[in-house]
Amino acid sequence: MDADKHFIVGVFDDEEVLLKGIGKIRGNGVKIHDVYSPFPVHGIDDALSIKRSRLPIAAFMFGMTGTALALLMQIWMLGYDWPMIIGGKNHASLPPFIPVTFELTVLLAALGMVGTFFIASDMKPYKWPRQFDLRSTEDKHVMAIDLAINSGKTKDELRSLLRDSGASEVNEKSFE
Amino acid sequence: MQVASSLREALITGGKTVKDVSHDISRHVENKPTKLWWAAMAISVAVMAYGFYCLCYLLWEGVGVWGLNKTVGWAWDITNFVWWVGIGHAGTLISAILLLFRQRWRMSINRAAEAMTIFAVICAATFPFAHMGRLWLGFYWVFPLPNTWGSLWANFNSPLLWDVFAISTYFTVSLVFWYMGLIPDFAVIRDRAVVQGAKIRAQVYNALSFGWQGGAKTWMRYESVALILAGLSTPLVLSVHTIVSMDFATSVIPGWHTTIFPPYFVAGAIFSGFAMVLTLLLITRKVFKLEDYITIYHIELMNIIIIITGSIVGIAYITELFIAWYSGVEYEGYAFYNRVSGPFAWSYWSMMTCNVISPQLFWVKKIRTSLVATFVLSIVVNIGMWFERFVIIVTSLHRDYIPSSWTMFSPTMYDIGEYLFTFGFFFTAFLLFAKFFPVINMAEVKSIVKVASLEKKENASH
Repeated sequence: MDADKHFIVGVFDDEEVLLKGIGKIRGNGVKIHDVYSPFPVHGIDDALSIKRSRLPIAAFMFGMTGTALALLMQIWMLGYDWPMIIGGKNHASLPPFIPVTFELTVLLAALGMVGTFFIASDMKPYKWPRQFDLRSTEDKHVMAIDLAINSGKTKDELRSLLRDSGASEVNEKSFE
Repeated sequence: MQVASSLREALITGGKTVKDVSHDISRHVENKPTKLWWAAMAISVAVMAYGFYCLCYLLWEGVGVWGLNKTVGWAWDITNFVWWVGIGHAGTLISAILLLFRQRWRMSINRAAEAMTIFAVICAATFPFAHMGRLWLGFYWVFPLPNTWGSLWANFNSPLLWDVFAISTYFTVSLVFWYMGLIPDFAVIRDRAVVQGAKIRAQVYNALSFGWQGGAKTWMRYESVALILAGLSTPLVLSVHTIVSMDFATSVIPGWHTTIFPPYFVAGAIFSGFAMVLTLLLITRKVFKLEDYITIYHIELMNIIIIITGSIVGIAYITELFIAWYSGVEYEGYAFYNRVSGPFAWSYWSMMTCNVISPQLFWVKKIRTSLVATFVLSIVVNIGMWFERFVIIVTSLHRDYIPSSWTMFSPTMYDIGEYLFTFGFFFTAFLLFAKFFPVINMAEVKSIVKVASLEKKENASH
């Protein structure tokens, strides 16, 4: 059986039951493919041992790029390329450059981070996602378990494990 | 799980379940628009069309068609610009600052408030661009683009240029923040469309949702993006009106050359923004029957913010008057004497009544929990805030240093027409938003719905 094609899908009604269920299922040595929720469930990252996102680092790097670019641009334009005396001040003095530097820092940090988020999460407008259960955006928490990866357990074992862990429904889903 | 104090009032009433939230909000997108919507749309588009004619005439003829003269070089245009930018501030305050302070009541109102921010900033931007007259050259004047005059670069020492960067960054970041919030909700509409067999709608909303799936890791990343965007937007929103105030404060005009302008402008912006949010939400809530999501409690909290910011604005007015006398600077003294008792005194006293006295009525609980009173006062506040900018700009300019240049300002039909254009645009855009986008952040509301309904059960068992 190929990996990433055939799944057992458990549907949970409540996020607390889900969190306990995840612990139980993982305790039985089953690897969970992913859990799809209509809203962010707090504590699910610990339950699934998801590492902390590195997006803040990306945001910081983009922000620093913005700071550097803004300063270089202003100092080069007003200090070197076309120096002008404005109000009897230095050609390139730092204080009046702060507002634009701040704005460009924020702009690049925000756009860069959001762009990174889309790339990291593999989200694009023309992509139709694999839907394990259409109710996962509406009101259900949907847990997908890859059958090929968990070949140590039979389908029936996985089904009853999901039931015991609090799933209100257990289905099978295959993708071509 | 999330815990809410039982002392607090429930944020969502009516015993809603998670499924109800999807249904109550999505159905406005799925159903055909009502007759009322079409009627409102027709009026907005008609007003916008008339305003657009005025705008085109201005671009054809030149800025002279406005009522400006050599002494009063800024009047309705910049008044309207500052007024609209200020209105936008409430959206960012609700979505960013209240997120950092973990105020959950923001969740039912942030979507509409952010939409309002974006449309208000677009309205604001039309005025400086129209004021340039030769719009097609404007981009060379305000952005550092290579040009055939040297390149002669834009002047980074000028607050007017800082303003360009501040407003355009503010617009972009607000738009991104708003859109990020919409992504999971677009996916809700997509999945409902699949179930309902609406193929085109499913495709469109899938593209809008960037193929959102809602996996655990994606949600975690998504929340960290939202938190950082909030952290970035908070200083950003404070910087925007600070820089707008510097357009005035760094000049040498008596009445503008004032160090308290930045905090005073920011408070005024939030004050008028919340008033506009209330005006819009009271209508939206009624038309879309969202009384269980936007409760009296939400309205009361917003009115409390209006009391606070309105009082800050009131103190700023009085401080200005006091300093004008106490500084002993005769120009400053005259500027304020002229405001209080000169030919434009009516606008000064309208401003004082609307902004200083009217928000104080909200100290009375009956008034701040009354829908009618809130609606009327929210409009009064925005009239007052318009007069504030008019007073600052026109009364400071119309009495120039040399009495021979003293003059008055009166608007022409083109001044009024362009203001109407922005109103037409604003309401057209808001109506389109209300029809095609979910007006309440479903994903966020769903995360607190259980707490709300648990409380209800507990209260019933006591």
